[in-house]
Amino acid sequence: MSRYNFAYLDEQTKRMIRRAVLKAVAVPGYQVPFGSREMPLSYGWGTGGVQVTASVIGPTDVLKVIDQGADDTTNAVSIRKFFERTTGVATTTRTEAATLIQTRHRIPETPLRVGQIVVFQVPIPEPLRWLEPREAETRKMHALEEYGVMYVRLYEDITRHGRVAQTYEYPVIVDGRYLMRPSPIPKFDNPKLDRSPALMLFGAGREKRIYAVPPWTSVKSLDFDDHPFEIEHWDRPCALCGATSVFLDELIVDDKGGRLFICSDTDFCSRRRAASDPIPGR
Amino acid sequence: MNATVDDRPLLSVRGLGKHYGGRMGCRDVGFDLWSGEVLGIVGESGSGKTTVLNCLSGRVAADAGQVGYTKADGSVVDMRRLDESARRRLLRTEWGVVHQHARDGLRMGVTAGANVGERLMALGARHYGRVRGRALDWLARVEIAESRIDDLPETFSGGMLQRLQIARNLVTEPRLVLMDEPTGGLDVSVQARLLDLLRGLVDDLGLSAVIVTHDLAVARLLANRLLVMRGGEVVESGLTDQVLDDPQHPYAQLLVSSVLQP
Amino acid sequence: MYVAVKGGERAIDNAHRLLAEERRGDPAVAELSLAQIDQQLALAVDRVMTEGSLYDRALAALAVKQSRGDLIEAIFLLRAYRTTLPRLGVSLPLDTDAMVVGRRVSAIFKDVPGGQILGPTFDYTHRLLDFELAHLCAESPTGPMQAEEADAAAPVPRVMDLLDREGLIESEPPASEEAPVGDLTREPLTFPAARDVRLQNLARGDEGFLLAMGYATQRGYGRNHPFAGEIRQGEVAVTLAPEEVGFPIEVATITVTECQMVNQFKGSATAPAQFTRGYGLAFGQAERKAMAMALVDRALRGRELGEDPASPTQDEEFVLSHSDNVEASGFVQHLKLPHYVDFQSELVLVRDLRAAHGSTAPR
Repeated sequence: MSRYNFAYLDEQTKRMIRRAVLKAVAVPGYQVPFGSREMPLSYGWGTGGVQVTASVIGPTDVLKVIDQGADDTTNAVSIRKFFERTTGVATTTRTEAATLIQTRHRIPETPLRVGQIVVFQVPIPEPLRWLEPREAETRKMHALEEYGVMYVRLYEDITRHGRVAQTYEYPVIVDGRYLMRPSPIPKFDNPKLDRSPALMLFGAGREKRIYAVPPWTSVKSLDFDDHPFEIEHWDRPCALCGATSVFLDELIVDDKGGRLFICSDTDFCSRRRAASDPIPGR
Repeated sequence: MNATVDDRPLLSVRGLGKHYGGRMGCRDVGFDLWSGEVLGIVGESGSGKTTVLNCLSGRVAADAGQVGYTKADGSVVDMRRLDESARRRLLRTEWGVVHQHARDGLRMGVTAGANVGERLMALGARHYGRVRGRALDWLARVEIAESRIDDLPETFSGGMLQRLQIARNLVTEPRLVLMDEPTGGLDVSVQARLLDLLRGLVDDLGLSAVIVTHDLAVARLLANRLLVMRGGEVVESGLTDQVLDDPQHPYAQLLVSSVLQP
Repeated sequence: MYVAVKGGERAIDNAHRLLAEERRGDPAVAELSLAQIDQQLALAVDRVMTEGSLYDRALAALAVKQSRGDLIEAIFLLRAYRTTLPRLGVSLPLDTDAMVVGRRVSAIFKDVPGGQILGPTFDYTHRLLDFELAHLCAESPTGPMQAEEADAAAPVPRVMDLLDREGLIESEPPASEEAPVGDLTREPLTFPAARDVRLQNLARGDEGFLLAMGYATQRGYGRNHPFAGEIRQGEVAVTLAPEEVGFPIEVATITVTECQMVNQFKGSATAPAQFTRGYGLAFGQAERKAMAMALVDRALRGRELGEDPASPTQDEEFVLSHSDNVEASGFVQHLKLPHYVDFQSELVLVRDLRAAHGSTAPR
């Protein structure tokens, strides 16, 4: 039975990934190619995020892993166990207690702070991919800042639907220069990226790209002056904790179409309930 | 409107040459184009005229020669030596390229309005209403009904596609437009209408243009001066009326005399 | 009162236990040994080694067993294991000229020096299910076949050399000793891709995908008029020349299958006509893979041979980006992961759009 190195990857590989991360931090929003390794979980299931986390995690870190905002979805559980087994690092479900947060498709509702690192799992890093399938051409477009075609797409949405139809993976301009795809977070979460005190790292394992938004960097969602960027709204609060202005999951609770809307961020919701509930442990 | 009150030609080409393996595309082509002028390059297919146009825009890399262009700010650049970023920027701003087949110069999958507005948005226009307004203006100018602004080019006729392509290029008011057989493949009546439009636009906007055509009637209507090409080389050049009414070179004479008279 | 369903961790543990049970199957049935898989499902092992990019029959057999016979899953296991292995060095190029040939055929000449050696091939079998195989033999059949008198160990001359001597086929420029060879397991693929990286991508690529692409070229999607110049299977030595030692050391013997295709000739006014080549190489006895790889290799060389890329088979980005079945399997199957947050965003939009249209959304 062979023993694995701390966080599974060998030190050379971690160094290679950290070099890519440094390059990414130096050029915010730019996709840095890296030699992605086969990991014990499938491509498409977070190998990029796992490789980035494995390269930056240290023995004193406290790790939180979420998927769809929840700590207990199967993939989040699987990844958290992977790191427990290969690092022995402390894990938590509490956002404010974590130093390192690996996430799929959401940014926590609890405001982030200086010193925290958020690692995003990215399926398709290239924001221009659906407009231009060729990698050789999209690299050129980024280098030459030729983003007109993305605005054409927004124009078409407004023409056809009266509004921009992109609801998640909503494209942003980072630090006034690079067009970036912020991973499939709902556009609701885009404002959290703008000038965040935390370091945001993005890992795409299968596509072999790493990019980053350093702390306090401007991140602007694309829009038109007369059709400004808007986030989603719900007409009711969370049914469990009463929070408003948070992203709500929709649950079908009976076969007559009855539905319940509750916080997607399970940690946020449970702490709000604990704070407001005089009977502890309910 | 781009009047350069300048003694320098807008475009100054010397010794332009291109080989395709063993085959010659064009050789030792040179001319000056002044602001507000339209130069026609005529010849039969295989004469090298399209090669010259492609070398000017950089769509194809020439093997020899210089392509001097005087920018709006007065500086002169050699298009062949320009880095790709600057070349692509120029092609989106100060230059326009109208392809023979409109589909090559349009995005067939987006609306007419988006096609016309793209360059504006690429240059930083961020007001949907105003971009749409400019697109409407230009559709009117090229005589496409305003109601077609949200239609896909797939639904357009050949003549409309060509006019849409022209609008897409002219929306940034370029100083120089390269056109490759702009009336090629169109019905005669459609051609006539397009030529009228082009002539009007050239006059109104003071456009400079290089137009490649095998159709001498198009050349006569649009061009101030002509280059006659054959086998990759320029065999005669001069004022349009002079070349067409009194050709000197035997090939030019042959070309002119073989045009069917009504 | 809605109570959030918890217990994802327990669900996973139970799923793993169930998987282990299903993998074992009926306990009354004898358990598979790695030796049985290696010996009697040898071609499965060969494929897993080839696409797993790791030559180790025991590990590949283990992967086949652990994956319950799902070869793409087995390839994934082997690749993940390979990630953890330290790299000790880079071997010298395999000298397939010196191969101890077990099978060698050529379609372009009736007879060739060294002969046409059929070896253990399915080619001329009649595909009739052999029900004898349904029974376990009490004793093994007649012992191993005696090798023919012809010297099995003598190197077999290359058919391509025959063409080469006459100048009929393009020569493969010898790689300079110093030129670094690309490695996709270390560096990401970039376009345009050099041939060494393309070949590595194809060698690791899914056999089914390459087969389809190769087949497509034969049916006109980027046709390149292929002939099977030579296919050889056999053992070759793996040789390392470590700096500290200063001379080459043979460290292993492996079985490979190599295919050289002879393709559409090219010529021009300045250069006389010559045939062109396609190349395929795989671990073990993997003829279909090596042949398909050679067809696709040649199709992708269209760019450097001045061919008009009219077909997806000639589109480097298309072929090389989608040939890796571990990547493909992961991404296709990732759709099983929860996407309910993104879907929720879409629901909100569609409901809004419908409301704006006047239809009422269900509430």
